Amino acid sequence: MEHKDCTQADFESTLKKHAHELVESLERGQFGDAVQLIHELNQTRDRGLYREVGKLTRELHSAIVNFHIDPSMPQAEEVSQITDATERLAYVVKLTEAAANRTMDLVENSTPLVNGLGQEAKELSADWGRFMRREIGAEEFRELARRIDSFLTRSETQNNIVSANLTDILLAQDFQDLTGQVIKRVTQLVTDVESNLLKLVLMASQVDRFAGIEHDRDALRAENNSQKNQAKGEGPQIHADTRNDVVSGQDDVDDLLSSLGF
Amino acid sequence: MTRPAHERVKDCLEVELDKNMKILIVDDFSTMRRIIKNLLRDLGFTNTVEADDGTTALPILNLGHIDFLVTDWNMPGMTGIELLRHVRADEKLKHLPVLMVTAEAKREQIIEAAQAGVNGYVVKPFTAIALKDKIEKIFERIG
Repeated sequence: MEHKDCTQADFESTLKKHAHELVESLERGQFGDAVQLIHELNQTRDRGLYREVGKLTRELHSAIVNFHIDPSMPQAEEVSQITDATERLAYVVKLTEAAANRTMDLVENSTPLVNGLGQEAKELSADWGRFMRREIGAEEFRELARRIDSFLTRSETQNNIVSANLTDILLAQDFQDLTGQVIKRVTQLVTDVESNLLKLVLMASQVDRFAGIEHDRDALRAENNSQKNQAKGEGPQIHADTRNDVVSGQDDVDDLLSSLGF
Repeated sequence: MTRPAHERVKDCLEVELDKNMKILIVDDFSTMRRIIKNLLRDLGFTNTVEADDGTTALPILNLGHIDFLVTDWNMPGMTGIELLRHVRADEKLKHLPVLMVTAEAKREQIIEAAQAGVNGYVVKPFTAIALKDKIEKIFERIG
């Protein structure tokens, strides 16, 4: 770091010193000296530039090694960490989808059983009420007793099925543990990649200073913004509670729409 | 027990809603389509069809016979907002009631959907009650 600052300071002081001398020699009409000074300036600049480009190249190389995608590495057959991360995330999607479908299968299997038992209990209860009020005859009572008997048997079996389904629904949530671990690892990788990229950007900016390259930052920013297509949608908002431009829930949506006359 | 007038009105409407109306559910995630389908079935609507984005939804809409459209916003191919604009621009479809069920939660997006002519907006994650409320409100307003 110290070395870099020193190089930059060298370049800047040489530039300043030579600039003064250049003006002086031009004023004195010594054009030969002036050309010599410009040549020296160029050389200093080039030396710094080469050094920075060299550093950038080395940094780039070590960054590539850090990404584990250097084809000359012994474990080259292994997939790169990025490809690996993509596969891991695809696995998360697969696992969560399977869990959602498994849960819905079990719910769809249980709902008619519960609804059926509820409906039958309601009907039996009505007929039982008629019996208690002595509104039914002996023949009807025998029929009612038979229905109650079959209801009790069936409610026991179906209760067992629903209870087993509930346990399976509980077990279907085990994806949370696995996907949580995968997502944490991918998050770590993204953080590493970002810090490596940031280092490269800093290196590149050093080269820019020597080469005197100025980027049109406003234009870059404008280009970035125009790429955000509103119609495409943004997906779920993560910090909805702290942002003013985002609704915090259905109540907020309803308020907004009613303020628009809905 | 007396109940507020608007609650009683709601009960009446619930009976009046045509449970046989054909509903098109558009979402790119099959699990979300399944959740919405199940919730609609719980509300008594069993006549549903599905599409995974605007591009596949349009031919189904053009065949006619769809009475109600429930769509997500963020989908590959044609998004929900584009689908909504198509529907409103089409002479035969422009009166179709559209409910948006989406994770898109920016105020300007909700305003955009309202201006494009959406009839209701439900943000994910949502509850069964919220979905029921919006559907009832939409048909209450349409009459």
